[in-house]
Amino acid sequence: MQAYQRMLDPTPNGLHSGESPLLQTLGLSKRYGDFLANDSIDIDIWPKEIHALLGENGAGKSTLVKAIYGLIQPSAGEIRWQGEPIVLSGPSEARSRGIGMVFQHFSLFDNLTVAENVALGLDGKESFKDMSARLEQVSKTYGLPLDPRREVWQLSVGERQRIEIVRALMQDPKFLILDEPTAVLTPQEADQLFIVLERLKAEGRAILYISHKLEEVKRLCDTATILRGGKKVDTCNPRLETAASLARMMVGGEIKEVKAAAGRQTTIPRLVVNDLSLTPDEAHGVRLEHISFELKGGEILGIAGVAGNGQDELFAALSGERLSKDPGTVVIEGIAAGHLSITKRRKLGAAFVPEERLGHGTAPRMRLSENALLTGHAASGMVHRGFIDTAATLKTVDRATETFDVRKAKRDPEAASLSGGNLQKFIVGREILRNPAVLVVSQPTWGVDAGAAAVIRQALLDLATAGAAVLVTSQDLDELAEIADRIAVMFHGHLSEPLATRDATREKLGLLMGGSSLEPKEAAHAVGA
Amino acid sequence: MELVEAIILSVLAASTPLLIAATGELVTERSGVLNLGVEGMMIVGAACGFGGAWLTGSIFIGALFGIVAGTLMSLVFALMALGLAVNQVATGLALTILGVGLSGLIGARFVGERITPAAHLHIPGLTDIPLIGRILFGEDAFVYFSLALIIGVWWFLYRTRAGLILRACGDNHVSAHALGYPVLKIRMLAVMFGGACAGLAGAYLPLAYTPFFIPGMTAGRGWIALALVVFASWRPGRLVIGAYLFGAVTILQLHAQGWGVGIPSQFMSALPYLATVIVLVLLSRARTGGSTAPAALGTVFVPDR
Repeated sequence: MQAYQRMLDPTPNGLHSGESPLLQTLGLSKRYGDFLANDSIDIDIWPKEIHALLGENGAGKSTLVKAIYGLIQPSAGEIRWQGEPIVLSGPSEARSRGIGMVFQHFSLFDNLTVAENVALGLDGKESFKDMSARLEQVSKTYGLPLDPRREVWQLSVGERQRIEIVRALMQDPKFLILDEPTAVLTPQEADQLFIVLERLKAEGRAILYISHKLEEVKRLCDTATILRGGKKVDTCNPRLETAASLARMMVGGEIKEVKAAAGRQTTIPRLVVNDLSLTPDEAHGVRLEHISFELKGGEILGIAGVAGNGQDELFAALSGERLSKDPGTVVIEGIAAGHLSITKRRKLGAAFVPEERLGHGTAPRMRLSENALLTGHAASGMVHRGFIDTAATLKTVDRATETFDVRKAKRDPEAASLSGGNLQKFIVGREILRNPAVLVVSQPTWGVDAGAAAVIRQALLDLATAGAAVLVTSQDLDELAEIADRIAVMFHGHLSEPLATRDATREKLGLLMGGSSLEPKEAAHAVGA
Repeated sequence: MELVEAIILSVLAASTPLLIAATGELVTERSGVLNLGVEGMMIVGAACGFGGAWLTGSIFIGALFGIVAGTLMSLVFALMALGLAVNQVATGLALTILGVGLSGLIGARFVGERITPAAHLHIPGLTDIPLIGRILFGEDAFVYFSLALIIGVWWFLYRTRAGLILRACGDNHVSAHALGYPVLKIRMLAVMFGGACAGLAGAYLPLAYTPFFIPGMTAGRGWIALALVVFASWRPGRLVIGAYLFGAVTILQLHAQGWGVGIPSQFMSALPYLATVIVLVLLSRARTGGSTAPAALGTVFVPDR
């Protein structure tokens, strides 16, 4: 059995000779009713290994890691820890054995402080004071700064993730599971995380790394296991694969490449922001400082930046969730709209897709048709004399479903029942089908699988080709590079001058995202030339 | 002076059952469970508390009967709302209706009976100090216990790990579950604590406030306790302020009506509610953001296994 296992082991020869895997699953299956979320999965994780777990949304990655972390009980198969079969009664047992986890959907408590959140993830053997001291030390050692006394609701997405990582590190785990850790980080922050991970690996720990970013996996991971439809497709060495071959294994076919139509024409300015400054309405929000830009029809402007630098506030100011006293600060289709409500701005031809899918983009417990009505009531003929035209709302759902390949169990399910990627396709689709002149979209593909992301990006490009002005806020620089014509960076409420995408290297953007100015370097170049 | 002393003593007596019941409900709600059955648990506690004291002649055993009765009532709620994940609002309302009926049944044979009410503390010298002596050193055991209880609850919630875990369950039960905490078990204990407090608060009425039992004698105090928890924005300190303020205005407006102040009596009767709402609203304006209510309050949790 051992010999057989070793033969299957795909990592370079000799690396693991004489050792047994740190963690092993043998024929692990999990069944929910008729649905087989995991179908006899075998995976070996060795010490000193960063092991990637790849697959589309719904491929069974989350189910597998939940079983390894003791959150759910497998229906069949076994888990071996250091060669011995174990049954995990729950996450606290997993943690006591040395299994740590950083969740994709953060398991944080908004109304508790950072220190309290960390304390809840530990076994509570040390006093709160000692724990707080150790928290500050660990966050300093690994370069993950945190203020233990702040409450979580005041923190940005990036800071929240830092809490999760520090919390996991404080358990001193032998094996750490990370679920899409870089989705919300800047390239520099991601690089820093990779240094932390390399260091953890050198300390003899194993890491299971879930990510959609294939280049990152190729760079960081020693082994990759690919899941599709609940089954294991393959285990391979990602460094010997290409991003395209990995993607093929994940999807089971080719992914359509996103293509911009040649010869896109820019037309008139459709969205203009003039010297927009806005004080935040909550104590820890970011103040917007003299933001100005002009966005023409047929153009896509990308806004990069670390989460929590004013992107949310800018979105609120553009969408009309926050009003400006000076109407001229936001001009939509030539009409001063800074003082207009969100409905009035929609009537001018603007459409908005916020970052948060559940709770902001949709009302989770309402049906898709009702959610279509919520943004479409003003300008899409869904209401006649105060009565809802149910047929029209259903038609919107059907059109979005068809055009954007939204996969769902029923014709008109509750929004919360859709997977993240499918719900995002629906939300973007719902707005695009209104034929907006201006589309403001925030984090269009956050936590969305490669197939759905390609569909959404293509839709944004097509919308621009059709003459609309599109503003995309994203933390994913590859995404911006793929679709945006110009990229600007937000830092501490300031917006940089937009750079043409071909000039916007990762280094330049990274500097801007960290608050440095480009000018001295530019000047030096100019002198050099 | 005599009058001031008498008023303060009656204020404390009127406020104590509110404070005890609201303290229990505060802990229940902090764990994320909305139990609207406080009134029902209180009235059953009153009937059983009086019965216990009448049968044994001991106020202490009467109080224990009240506590056990309230806890048993809360277990009915826990079984429905936590075990079977039934809607908490509906279950709580049903519990009150059940309690009112049940207490009539249990208490029927006690109506018209009398007991010796709970003794008041008497420390020679201290209790005899004019004005403050009887107020500080001449109360019954329930008054002192209620203050110890709310201080204990504050300390538990903000200074112990168990209290932190309880608050975490009320803030986000999905996260608490993901971290491996037994959300339903913690909530059941919190509901039982709420039931025990409501039962004791109910027992206070026939054991110390008026030494006899009449059906419906809680007279809506359970609902006031529920409202106090909300207006106190789930904070123990504000709960004390709210409970005593409500008691004080209730007693004062009674005296004021007696003195013949030319204000319609309906308005005077509404004063306690009005004053409590205004003061607690002003207090809660101090917070600048975030949510004051436990975020998971009243939502059903079913762990996926």
